[in-house]
Amino acid sequence: MTTVQPHPTPTDSSAPRPRLDSLIPRDSSILRLLVITVVIFIAFTLARPDTFPTMNNLEAMARQMSEIGILAIAVALTMLSGGIDLSINATANLTAITAATVLTAMTAAPDTAPGTITLAIVLAIAAGVGVGFLCGLANGFLVAYAKIPPILATLGTMTLFTGIGTVLTKGAAVFGQARLSELGNGGIGPLPIPLFIFLVAAVIISFILSRTKYGFDLYMMGTNPHASRFSGINNRSVLLRTYILSGILSAVAGIIILGRIDAARIDFGESYVLLAIMICVLGGIDPSGGFGRMTGVVLAVVALQLLSTGLNQVLFEDSGANFFRQFAWGVTLLLVLMLNYFSQRQRLKRASTEK
Amino acid sequence: MNWRALFARQEFIILVILIALCSIIAIINPTAFLSVQNLFRILRACIVLGIFALGTLIVLISGGIDVSFPAVAITALYISTRIIVDTGIDSVPLAFLLGSLIGLALGLVNGVFIGIFRLPTLIVTLGTLNLFRGALLFFVGSERIRLSEVTTNFAEASRLNLVTVQLARGEASLHFTFALLLVLALVVWFILSRTMLGRAIYAIGGDREAAERAGFNIVRTQFFIYGFVGLLAGIGGIVYGILSREADPFSIVGAELDVIAAVVLGGALITGGRGTVIGTLLGVLLITVISNNLVLLGIPTEWQRLVIGILIIIGVGIPALQALRRRSTRLTHSSG
Repeated sequence: MTTVQPHPTPTDSSAPRPRLDSLIPRDSSILRLLVITVVIFIAFTLARPDTFPTMNNLEAMARQMSEIGILAIAVALTMLSGGIDLSINATANLTAITAATVLTAMTAAPDTAPGTITLAIVLAIAAGVGVGFLCGLANGFLVAYAKIPPILATLGTMTLFTGIGTVLTKGAAVFGQARLSELGNGGIGPLPIPLFIFLVAAVIISFILSRTKYGFDLYMMGTNPHASRFSGINNRSVLLRTYILSGILSAVAGIIILGRIDAARIDFGESYVLLAIMICVLGGIDPSGGFGRMTGVVLAVVALQLLSTGLNQVLFEDSGANFFRQFAWGVTLLLVLMLNYFSQRQRLKRASTEK
Repeated sequence: MNWRALFARQEFIILVILIALCSIIAIINPTAFLSVQNLFRILRACIVLGIFALGTLIVLISGGIDVSFPAVAITALYISTRIIVDTGIDSVPLAFLLGSLIGLALGLVNGVFIGIFRLPTLIVTLGTLNLFRGALLFFVGSERIRLSEVTTNFAEASRLNLVTVQLARGEASLHFTFALLLVLALVVWFILSRTMLGRAIYAIGGDREAAERAGFNIVRTQFFIYGFVGLLAGIGGIVYGILSREADPFSIVGAELDVIAAVVLGGALITGGRGTVIGTLLGVLLITVISNNLVLLGIPTEWQRLVIGILIIIGVGIPALQALRRRSTRLTHSSG
């Protein structure tokens, strides 16, 4: 009996309570991340008081972090299932290429009627999301039904999607005829539209994870796929839906990218895949599945963006700012991993001494 | 000889695909494909990819994954070149020595995080990839060094050939580093199949828990694995520098997924416990033939990625389907 309801004392944060209610250990990592984020913000505000905490800079940062943030949410979902999705960026680029092709085909003429433009925008977005859906479906099929390890399946589809995009465009850029630039560069009041989409996506996914049967099943399966199968969860369907969701989110990111830079290239943002994985790990998503929350991912995105922009401003004179940023990313990731390792070990130690 | 077991092996399937592909190219474009020059060109393109693939093979067999080796390779090449230029000791063996040591040291950094702290290999090497590359570009330099402008012996090494064949028109030669690839392949084969260390690597990849109970020292083995992979990456970096006659800090990084693809095509399981040197070399050869000779079929170069992608999915799909079939036959046997 004790294994079912172990030590329900409120001070004991290490006790393995029923998973979805155990906020305390997870929140400690989110709290830590929040502190790190605030410290980074204060440090750069002190270092560059005239340029860092300005409205302009905050807005620029908000724009930049949105697309990578949405990609990170996509990766986070697949990580919760115990897998990974390496094809997010290829999916995003293929989406952007599709949408840009539709826009170019329908509205390239300078005297295009406003009605046609609206129709083209709707069609372009629909086609883009459709491509994202299909890409996700392909991943989901390979992972859930062919039982290929996710890292390999999505490595293969990443190459495949990149290949399709290269064949379609011959490696050249496709332009969006500035039809989506409002989406990428506009704002609702002071709130940039990409940031708005990012936050809405985070809230929706957060809601799905914590309030729907699918979300519950996803956490269960990520924690222990055998147990979830024997408790009646359809693992295949959960996996399929997870990768489809990841594909659709990548498509949304792709459309935002197209809106922001008005061009789509198959080799755009190659570092995004690794960056998105890094954000997830920083945000407390367990790469082996089952643990993590969207709050952590959002905080990690903000922290990394503050760090990147801040370093850029501090090292403004130095042409190597980008390189130092990459170095700082690596250090941050390894530091957070170590912090998590030591805090986890301490929890385990405390748990074992209490027994 | 169990023929069915042979046919079911991934190495055999890859060999068949490779032979089929080469036959098709040879039939369609015999003059361009079936020449000593082209053969040597393919083999030359295999060298660096092959050295990296040998390292990746070991990591995959142990159940891990390493994406940091391109950063290790380029760091080893760039720093070694800098040292050679700064000290004026213009020697190829010194370059290899420095490259190996730097590679070994950086690989051991991975080993510390993975062996002692038991952190997930993909995430750790992702971190060190960024760390090494960022540190190289920021602290050491981001300027491309042309070897021929600052060194003599090091630059001349690009013309050291293993064999040179006189042909009716001109000559064809195979670079000496191809022998290095063969030697390294032999070393890796020996470690994997003839030593206790090799048993430990397979055992960890098959079942870590069981390997530990069987008495294998997991931490020490992982230190060896990541140190050795770093060493191979360092050597690969120097070879890359010699072949391309420059040390460009922006090169190599980005090659990691192609290398992993080649090794996986060659039959290594990404979940660990399985993989052979012969399969890996075949995988490397297949990827190289596709990237260098597809154009001889009249297929435009932009189709390369697509073909490689399809091949990876087929390559990883076959063993996955075989495993599924085995499991279902086993289930029917046990229930019946």
